[in-house]
Amino acid sequence: MLYLTPGDPAIIYLGDTPATPARVAQIRHAMGLDRPLSTQYLSYVARLVRGDLGRSLRNDDTVLGEIQYRFPSSAQLAGAAFVVTVTLGIGLGLISALSRGTWLDASAMILALLGVSMPIFWLGLMLIFVFSLQLGWFPATGFGGWERLVLPAVTLGLLTSATLARLARSSVLEILWQPYIRTARAKGLAKGHVVRRHVLRNALILLITVAGLQLGDLLSGAVITETVFARPGLGKLLVDAILNKDFPVVQGVVLLIAVAYTLINLGVDVSYAYFDPRIRFE
Amino acid sequence: MLGGVLLVLVIVATLLAPLLTPYNPLALSPTDRMLPPGPHHLLGTDEFGRDVLTRILFGARTSLRTGLVAVSLAIVIGVPMGLASGFYGGLIDRLLMRLVDLMLTFPGILLALVIVAILGPSLFNAMLAVGISASPTYARVVRSSVLSTKPHFFVEAAQAIGCRNWRIMLRHILPNVVAPIVVLGTLGVAGAIIAAAALSFLGLGAQPPEPEWGALLSEGRNFLLDAWWIATFPGLAIMVTVLAINLLGDGLRDVLDPQLRT
Repeated sequence: MLYLTPGDPAIIYLGDTPATPARVAQIRHAMGLDRPLSTQYLSYVARLVRGDLGRSLRNDDTVLGEIQYRFPSSAQLAGAAFVVTVTLGIGLGLISALSRGTWLDASAMILALLGVSMPIFWLGLMLIFVFSLQLGWFPATGFGGWERLVLPAVTLGLLTSATLARLARSSVLEILWQPYIRTARAKGLAKGHVVRRHVLRNALILLITVAGLQLGDLLSGAVITETVFARPGLGKLLVDAILNKDFPVVQGVVLLIAVAYTLINLGVDVSYAYFDPRIRFE
Repeated sequence: MLGGVLLVLVIVATLLAPLLTPYNPLALSPTDRMLPPGPHHLLGTDEFGRDVLTRILFGARTSLRTGLVAVSLAIVIGVPMGLASGFYGGLIDRLLMRLVDLMLTFPGILLALVIVAILGPSLFNAMLAVGISASPTYARVVRSSVLSTKPHFFVEAAQAIGCRNWRIMLRHILPNVVAPIVVLGTLGVAGAIIAAAALSFLGLGAQPPEPEWGALLSEGRNFLLDAWWIATFPGLAIMVTVLAINLLGDGLRDVLDPQLRT
């Protein structure tokens, strides 16, 4: 698809250098662009197997090198945001379900609905305005140190936790109506004990699925969050590469994110057996 | 109900934009640069002296249109795929669902970003990108509905009397899968508005000076300290509109298709 796009990558590579026909032909030959598309594809796959993702058209650095440099920032952000997502999402959903019909339930669900409706880039800007520019509690941009991670992680985690909260509430409510929960309460078990030992354990399967899938949303949300907070991560690399028509970098980053997403989904599927003995038995 | 009322208010404000404000959303006014909210400019002005409320009202047209076009495109692509896949089964089903799986490999906005990377940044390409990236969900849901509708006797009866396949799909099966499409489509408009605004915020959608909510936010982020209103109010507008659509969609889902309830 990338090679169907208008514009010659060889001309883009030359940048400000005069793009004479001879020079363009030379660059196209060096890049392998004068070969048939099928040959180019097979060559790309062969290089991929060896870990060669090509070179950036912009600065000639290896794509793999660029990704390795930026990966820690994105991993840090995704990890921190995931903690926020799971803690807030499951916590809010649980509180809401256990307080069904009360003001606590209504408030929690209103917050969750607002969270789902809020654009992530706007939330990021508002957090920067309040906590960086007005209160001066956290730096607004950059990478390095826990203080630069707080606002981006909260931005990314808050919005994904809203979806998880709604699903957690629904899941826990379904379990609360189960006969074995009524039995546990009838036996005189404390509410906290019933929630910990019976409700949470059974809700965990669905919640883990959704939380795992939220990692995918975190990956895509990180693209925007890194741009808002100017973190040198994979998301910002991708956006800059798109704006500069740096196709090898776009290909490399998109491939990495897609593979990571697939592996996460696989991990979630495999984790079912660990958390639900019934599946293991089957 | 609340969602419907809110949405109607947003649409009415959008349609009556030229009557609600005396300013031109594109007209520059250097003497009125970055004025705070006040009696003459209710939501302040931006770095070029343009009235923020005016740009939000006219931007609503762009954003709502983008959401509707993107969802329409997603339905036009996804529904026939799902219909064909569920009805014919076999090789057609396997091929189409592998294509859907391929598209679903990309999380969230990533596929839209890839499409914009290919087509180039513009509002039209952003609509295309958001629509194409949303189509796999419709294909999956419609296929699922077709699979549950197909075994019914009325389909078998239609086949028995010699109805052509396209007629069975359009006249007998499609009306029974409309409910989930309506629900998804309504909620999809909200998602499409946010996705398109995100692309514009990144500089990959609407281009200056077009008033689009995401683009307004992008313009305002450089002036957060001196003129917080430039970025704040467009974001609030997005949130209120998306909230209204989500409320409406949730209500429609409860009425039309409880199986989709989360």
